[in-house]
Amino acid sequence: MSAHASPIHHSEAPKGWIRHYIFSFDHKIIGTQYILLGLSAVTIGLILSLIFRTHLVWPDAHIWGFANGIVSPEDYLRLITMHGTLMVFFVLTTVPQSGFGNYFLPIQIGAPDMAFPTLNMLSFWTTLLALLVLLSSAFVPGGSAIGGWTAYAPLSAVGQIAGPGQGLGETLWVVSIALFCGGSLMSAINFLGTTIDLRTKGLSLMRMPLTVWGWFITACLALLAFGVLLAACILLLLDRLAQTSFFIPGNLDVSGVVLHHSGGSPLLWQHLFWFFGHPEVYIAILPAMGIISHVLSTFSRKPVFGYKAMVYSLTAIGFLSFAVWGHHMFISGMNPYSALAFSIITLVIGVPSAIKTFNWLGTLWGGKIHFTTAMLFAIGFVSLFVTGGLSGIFLAQPALDLYLHATYYVIGHFHLIMGVAAIFAMFAATYYWFPKMFGRMMNEGLGKLHFWITFIGVYCIFMPMHYLGYAGDARRYSSIESVNYMIPLHPVHFFITISAFVTAGAQLIFYFNFFWSMGHGKPAERNPWHATTLEWAVSTPVPHDNFAGDYPVIYRGPYEYSVPGAADDYIPQHLAPEQVAKAG
Amino acid sequence: MPPHVTVTDELEILGAHGGAKPPAGSGGGGGDDSRSSGSSGAFPQRIYVTGITIAMGAIFMFFMALVSAFIVRKGLGGDWFPFTMPRILWLDTAILLASSGTLIHARRLFKRGDRQGFRHWWAVTTLLGLLFLIGQLVAWRQMVAAGFYLASNASNSFFYVLTAAHGLHLLGGIAALLFVGWGRLRKMTLATGTEIVSYYWHFLDGLWVFLFLLLLLGR
Ligand code: HEM
Ligand SMILES: [Cu+2]
Repeated sequence: MSAHASPIHHSEAPKGWIRHYIFSFDHKIIGTQYILLGLSAVTIGLILSLIFRTHLVWPDAHIWGFANGIVSPEDYLRLITMHGTLMVFFVLTTVPQSGFGNYFLPIQIGAPDMAFPTLNMLSFWTTLLALLVLLSSAFVPGGSAIGGWTAYAPLSAVGQIAGPGQGLGETLWVVSIALFCGGSLMSAINFLGTTIDLRTKGLSLMRMPLTVWGWFITACLALLAFGVLLAACILLLLDRLAQTSFFIPGNLDVSGVVLHHSGGSPLLWQHLFWFFGHPEVYIAILPAMGIISHVLSTFSRKPVFGYKAMVYSLTAIGFLSFAVWGHHMFISGMNPYSALAFSIITLVIGVPSAIKTFNWLGTLWGGKIHFTTAMLFAIGFVSLFVTGGLSGIFLAQPALDLYLHATYYVIGHFHLIMGVAAIFAMFAATYYWFPKMFGRMMNEGLGKLHFWITFIGVYCIFMPMHYLGYAGDARRYSSIESVNYMIPLHPVHFFITISAFVTAGAQLIFYFNFFWSMGHGKPAERNPWHATTLEWAVSTPVPHDNFAGDYPVIYRGPYEYSVPGAADDYIPQHLAPEQVAKAG
Repeated sequence: MPPHVTVTDELEILGAHGGAKPPAGSGGGGGDDSRSSGSSGAFPQRIYVTGITIAMGAIFMFFMALVSAFIVRKGLGGDWFPFTMPRILWLDTAILLASSGTLIHARRLFKRGDRQGFRHWWAVTTLLGLLFLIGQLVAWRQMVAAGFYLASNASNSFFYVLTAAHGLHLLGGIAALLFVGWGRLRKMTLATGTEIVSYYWHFLDGLWVFLFLLLLLGR
C-alpha cells in the first residue's frame, strides 16, 4: 500500500472503558452509538405502531399501560405523534447519516477521524438528550404530545386547552426537536468539513464513493434546513410560554374558550416547517441512495452506471428540494398560481430521481449479480423507491391532492418511499458493513428469510393504504367505525394490521441475527465482498486511527469492477497501477 | 511508496479548498499562513476556516428564517403596531462597527509580528463587544420602560427575538475572542484562531447592521 504521512496528528487510543465506549471521540464508536440509538428508537416506534394498528381494528382490545386498558382517541394521537417523531427524526435522519456516515465516511476518504471529534461527541450527546426529553414526555401530567410529527399550529401553540398532551407534553416535544436541530447542525458541520478538507491524496471529488456524495449532499441540506426548524421551534416555544402571537390568530376559539392573542398566522408555521420538512425527507433518503448505489455496484460486479450522472442528480435533488415545500400545503388556500409553480418544480424533481433509478437498473443490467442479503435489500430499495415515487407524482397535482391530502394515500406514499425504502437501505448497509464493523459475517440464510418476509410484508401493509386513500379514508382518525363510509373498508384495515404484525415479527429474525452474529458469526476476512473502496483496505477491526498512520493514496475511481485485462474482477482504489495484477 | 506515481488530480485535491498550494509546505506554523498545511506535519489548519465558514452558513439560515417570519407576519397587517426604536441602538451600532475596525487593526499588527499591539487591540475589540451587549440590555430596558413588552405586539416580539438571538451569537464571539486571546490553543495555531474569530465577528457585525436596518425600517 502506498502511503503518505498523516494529515492529522493521530491521537493515542483512549484508555479506560468509559473514555473508549461512552464519552468517545472516535468516529467509529460515535457512529455505533448513533446506530444503537436509532435501533432503540425504531424498536419503540415499531411497538407504538403495532399498538395503534391493534386499536384500529380491535378498538376494545385491552392494552397494557392505558387507562382501563383502552386506547382513547387522545392516546391514539399520542401514539402516532410519537411514532412519527421517533421514526422521522431519531431513525431516518439519524442512522443512515450520523450512524453509518460517521462510521464509514472518514474511512472511505482515508482520514483518521472526523474533522472535529469533540463536536462529533457533542452532537451525539445532544441527540441522545433530545431523545430522552421526547421519551420523558410520556411520563408528565397530560402525557406526551398529540399534535402529530408536524406539530401544526395553532393547536400546537395554545397549550393544554388544545387537549391533554398539548401542555407540558408538547412543550417537551418542541424542546426535544430544538435540541435535535442543534445536534444535527453540529453533525452537518463535521460532515462537510471532513469531506472538504480531509480527503486523502488522490481522492478527487469525482473519485469519491457515492456513499460519500450522499452524506455530503445530505449534510448540505441538514445545514440549511435545521437552522430554519430551530428558528420555528423557538417562535413556537415563545407562543406557548411567553404569550406571543407568531402562530396564534386573533380571537381564536378553542373548545369554546376565546384566546387573547392577536393576529398570528398558523400558515407561517406550515411554511417554516415544510421549508425544513421537504429537505428533511431528502435528508432521510440521500444517504440511502448513496448506500444503494454502492451495494448494487459491488454485487453486480459492475461499475455504477453513469457515475457522474449519479453525482449531478444527487446534487440537483438537493438543490430542488428547497423549492418544493409548498406541495405539502396545496389545501392551505394558497394562490393557485403558487400551487402550480410548486407542482411543476415537484415534478421536475422527478427527473433526477428517474435518472437515479434508471442508473441503478443500468448498473444491474448485464451484471454478474450476487444475490447476497445486502443486495436483495438494495434491489428491494429500488422497487420501493419506484412505487413510492409514482404515488408522489399523483400527489404533486394540486387538483388530485385536494382530495388525497390527509388520507391514507399520503401515508402509503411516504412510508414506501421514505419509511421503508430508507429502512431497506439501512438493512442493506448493516448486512454489507457488518463484517467490517464486528469482524464477523451475519447469517445469510436468516438474512434472506428476513428480507423476503419484510419485502412482501411492507407491500402488504402500504399498498392497500393507497386504496384506502382513494376511498377517502382520513389519516389520524382513531376509529374507523365512527364514520359510515369507512365501515366497508374495515377488512382492508384488518389485513394491514395482520401484515404489520407478521412484518414486525420478522424483524425479530433480524435482531437475533444481528446480536447473535456479533459473537458467533463466521469470522470475516478483511474484504469479504471483494469490494474496491477504502473501508475494505483496512484491517478488521479497524485500527484506532483507521490507517495506523499509513495513509493510502487513491489512484482511481471507486467502482472499478470487472475491468477488462485485470486478473481480479475488482481493483481497489488504493492499488498503485503497477500493483494491479494483469489477466492471463 | 512507489516514487512519484503521477496522479493526475492530485493538485485538484490539495486545491479543493481555496487556492491550490503545492504540497511542500510543512505547514501551519506561525505567521499568518494558516492554510499551508500541505499533507505532512502539523494539524491542517484549513479545516477550522472551513468549519467556521460552514457554521456561518447555518447561522445565516437560522436568521433568515426569523427574518422571513418577520416579513410574513408583518405582511398580515391588521395588528402590527410599530414601536419606538431605542435611541441607544444607534450608539450600539457604531460601537459594533468600531469593534470590527479594531479587530482588523489587531490582525494587521499580528501579521506584522507585533504581539504587544495585537494583544492590546484584541482586548479593545473584546471590550467593545461587551459594551455592545450592555448597550443591547439597555435598549431592552428602554423598550420595557416605554411599555413595549415581549408579548405586547408581534413587532415587539420580533425585536426581542432578533436582538436576543444576535446577542447570544455575539456572546459566543466574545467567548471566542477571550479564548483565542488568552486561552490555551491546542491544535489550532494563533494565526488560525485570529483568522476564524475575525470572520465570525465581521459576520455578526454585518448581520447586526442588517437586523438593525430591518427593525428600523420594518418595525
Ligand atoms: C418523485 C418524487 C416525489 C414526489 C413527486 C412527492 C410528492 C409529495 C407530495 C405532493 C406530498 C404531499 C401530499 C399531501 O400531504 O397531500 C408528499 C408527501 C410526503 N412525501 Fe413525497 N414526493 C416524492 C418523493 C418523496 C421522497 C423521496 C420522500 C422521502 C424520502 C418523500 C416523503 C414524503 C413525506 C414524509 C410526505 C408526507 C408528510 C406528511 O404529511 O406527514 N416523498 N410527497
Ligand atoms: Cu415534500
